[in-house]
Amino acid sequence: MTRIKTSYNRRSFMKVSAAASGGMLIGFSWLNGCVPATSEKKTGLAIPKEWFEINGYIKIGDTGLVTIYSPNPEIGQNIKTSMPMIVAEELDVPWENVIVEQAPLNTGFYQNQFAGGSLSIRLSWNALRMAGATGRRMLMEAAAKEWGIPISDIAAKDGMISENNGERSFSYGEIASKAVGIEIPKEIELKEVKDFKLIGSSIKNVDGKKILKGEPLFGFDFKREGMKLAMIQHPPAFGMTVKDFNADEIKKMPGITDAFIIDTTIDDPEMFDERGFLKLIAIVGESTWPLMQAKKAIKANWETIDALEDSQTHTKRLERALESGKVSDVRKDGDPEAAFKKAAKVIERTYSAPFIAHNTMEPMNFFAHVTENSAELIGPTQTPEAMEKSVSKFLGMPIENITVNMTRIGGGFGRRLYVNFGVEAAAISNKIGGPVKLIYTREDDMSQGTYRPTYRSKYKAGLDENNKLIAFSVKGAGLPESPVFPKRFPAGAVENYIAERIHGETNVTTGAWRAPRSNFTAGAEQSFLDEVAELAGKDPIDFRLELFDRAIKDPIGEAHDYEAERYAGVLKLVKEKSNWGEEKPGLYRGVAAYFCHSSYVAEVFDMMMVNGQPKIKKVWCAVDCGIVVNKDAAKNMVEGGVIDGIGHAMYSRLTFANGAAREMNFDRYQLIRHSQVPEEIEVFFVENEIDPTGLGEPGLPPAIGALANAMYKATGQRYYHQPFATERQIIG
Amino acid sequence: MKAEYFVNSTHSFTYTILMATFTLNINGKTEQVDVDPSTPILWVLRDHLDLVGTKYACGISQCGTCTIHVGGMAVRSCLLPVSAIGNQEITTIEGLSENGDHPVQQAWLEHDVYQCGYCQAGQIMSATALLKNNPNPTDEEIEASMNGNICRCGTYTRIKKAIKTAATNMQNA
Ligand code: FES
Ligand code: FES
Repeated sequence: MTRIKTSYNRRSFMKVSAAASGGMLIGFSWLNGCVPATSEKKTGLAIPKEWFEINGYIKIGDTGLVTIYSPNPEIGQNIKTSMPMIVAEELDVPWENVIVEQAPLNTGFYQNQFAGGSLSIRLSWNALRMAGATGRRMLMEAAAKEWGIPISDIAAKDGMISENNGERSFSYGEIASKAVGIEIPKEIELKEVKDFKLIGSSIKNVDGKKILKGEPLFGFDFKREGMKLAMIQHPPAFGMTVKDFNADEIKKMPGITDAFIIDTTIDDPEMFDERGFLKLIAIVGESTWPLMQAKKAIKANWETIDALEDSQTHTKRLERALESGKVSDVRKDGDPEAAFKKAAKVIERTYSAPFIAHNTMEPMNFFAHVTENSAELIGPTQTPEAMEKSVSKFLGMPIENITVNMTRIGGGFGRRLYVNFGVEAAAISNKIGGPVKLIYTREDDMSQGTYRPTYRSKYKAGLDENNKLIAFSVKGAGLPESPVFPKRFPAGAVENYIAERIHGETNVTTGAWRAPRSNFTAGAEQSFLDEVAELAGKDPIDFRLELFDRAIKDPIGEAHDYEAERYAGVLKLVKEKSNWGEEKPGLYRGVAAYFCHSSYVAEVFDMMMVNGQPKIKKVWCAVDCGIVVNKDAAKNMVEGGVIDGIGHAMYSRLTFANGAAREMNFDRYQLIRHSQVPEEIEVFFVENEIDPTGLGEPGLPPAIGALANAMYKATGQRYYHQPFATERQIIG
Repeated sequence: MKAEYFVNSTHSFTYTILMATFTLNINGKTEQVDVDPSTPILWVLRDHLDLVGTKYACGISQCGTCTIHVGGMAVRSCLLPVSAIGNQEITTIEGLSENGDHPVQQAWLEHDVYQCGYCQAGQIMSATALLKNNPNPTDEEIEASMNGNICRCGTYTRIKKAIKTAATNMQNA
């Protein structure tokens, strides 16, 4: 057993319990105040008459039913199932006895309540285990006290406490009331990885049934008695602001109750605050359709306050940045210049990717009810804490008076790390003095900003006469941020290495988009390495393994970011599983591997030409993300990442004319569809006992490289500029 | 540099909306609503009848998220005006089965299809309509009839598997 100190103390538990009895923590209930979200019975156990709060994660009912609170936002990464699984593992309770509820934001108790950077499980692993183990220990102590025997004489397992050499036993439900008063243990024993029963199994999504039945789960579905609906209209272009509009006419339209301009500027904006469209037209009404009509009827005077950029400008800026932009953050090992000079072969290639939008299926929305001394916010956010802070700043209201509750989220991909829609909802509620739900149309959502930056990188490699890679250089520019990770592979594996970052400028607002920077760099670097391997006359997997070998045995330069063994490990696994090297007529294969969010993923794409078009037959994935919590759900994540990577690399882009996004909806903005996805995706996990690392993002980046490399084999053409479908049309 | 212009400046303000009463047959029940006849059935369901299982994502018939059945056919509810429905039967995700146990829903459960879940009601409504007309679709037929349904999370391969499972189970039933 692993013994660890419990990092929370009596005080934090008290805080939770106090909050609970005040009705704040527990029981954020959905459409009205009385139906518990968990009323669905899934076990033989009856709905308890009384619940006992063991700690902020666990509540045990007198019948043995256990409620586990899932602290982090659920954006489709399935943590609402996997986080409680970890608690239940250590509590040692059968999953059938568990019901799950979404916890509200409670910074006093939970840590890191956000969904971003593939960090949910990684950062909460210990806290969740501790919560379960503490609960189990307290139940055992309560039973020991009850029986008047030492705790060493009893065992707790599968929701039961029993005497080691006796006949007495309690179900967790029977002893729960006594456990409440037990002192919180200062130290706790955690299970050995090999003893895990739940962790590593496949547990079905706890919201699955509700999703299938169309039950209200999402922010867009949220309703409250007396609530109004609102929509916003932001300026039509970056570089513009609103001066005035025909508010009086709009207000007279049927179903419209109010129309005005809000200014959502806050002091000292932080990372997740809006920087683009701060002044917005807001329209308030009773229902959606009249609001949509009113939105179309807006006649506004928009004022140009900054340059109106277009896509050609962006491309030129990136090209110029690569030629003469100011270089920052250089990593340099050896003497790349000299090495390139003496290299027998030199290859240089440039890659680019456009701006792309997040396009979560559920458009942005949020409910807000601001009163004189309180603000209640409910909806889909990846960062409730940041939202609370921004709303507090905006309203000039102490943070304690603000509550944020999380609904299920119809997709995040980074977009809902940003909190503007919450602040906007609060601004509108504040203005009308009542509860309101702000909803975006797809057009609002797609043209608002927070895009993945546009990137351009130049790669250069030098081989000696033995086809050994002796020099490597990468220089990458982005609007606004460079995509280069100077310490990532092949840093540490090449004698002479240089990585340079160049930041560009744009007034188009950008943000984190699933696997930031990696979502471009992996594709560029991995297709480049494919070309380098080809130039060297080496198998692309062997070529990479050679480099990892160097990084393992004799790493070059100061520290690099990755563990070369694990990197090589996923490549070896995918090589074995996919039978790499086996040739079949009409089968074209590409490979790529990438490390990000502390996880390693290698992928092989099998492609065929069908009616003159490349078609992906099968994708093989090998993943090292440490301990896998919920196996089938983890596979689902990786499959989604692969498809997301293919889709955006092949089809998606957001272009600009006169500062305005030209693609505003799915008629012009192409997202991947059923007929374009691989026929099959198979996912294999490396088995180890390393604490879990990220999974929401790492599956995506290598897909772009493996795709480009397989397409090259299938079509004879290299793909440098996303979206590849356009490149193929132009050239092919 | 300073530029000013109007968006939608062609729109005129002689705005008279006639409300009308519609009697609708939804999920086997008769419902009456009093709305602007141009209101898409999507918003009638969501705003006026509290049937929020049918989702909005594009509003221009491009993503399939809002799919319902009208007269047994899968249609996009976001562009279909309530006035065009007449007495045709409407089925939404809420009315697809008593307890979420339609074979297609069961197959979805079995394959644990969803990620965020937002598109899934639309996917299921398209899939059930497909299987009704074509109990044993080929891969190409599945792709062709499901292509109007976007899943941003990328659950497509699972959806296809679930449709095949449902097809098998329905034929063996
Ligand atoms: S919302 Fe109707 S098709 Fe997209
Ligand atoms: S499951 Fe998220 S859009 Fe399909």
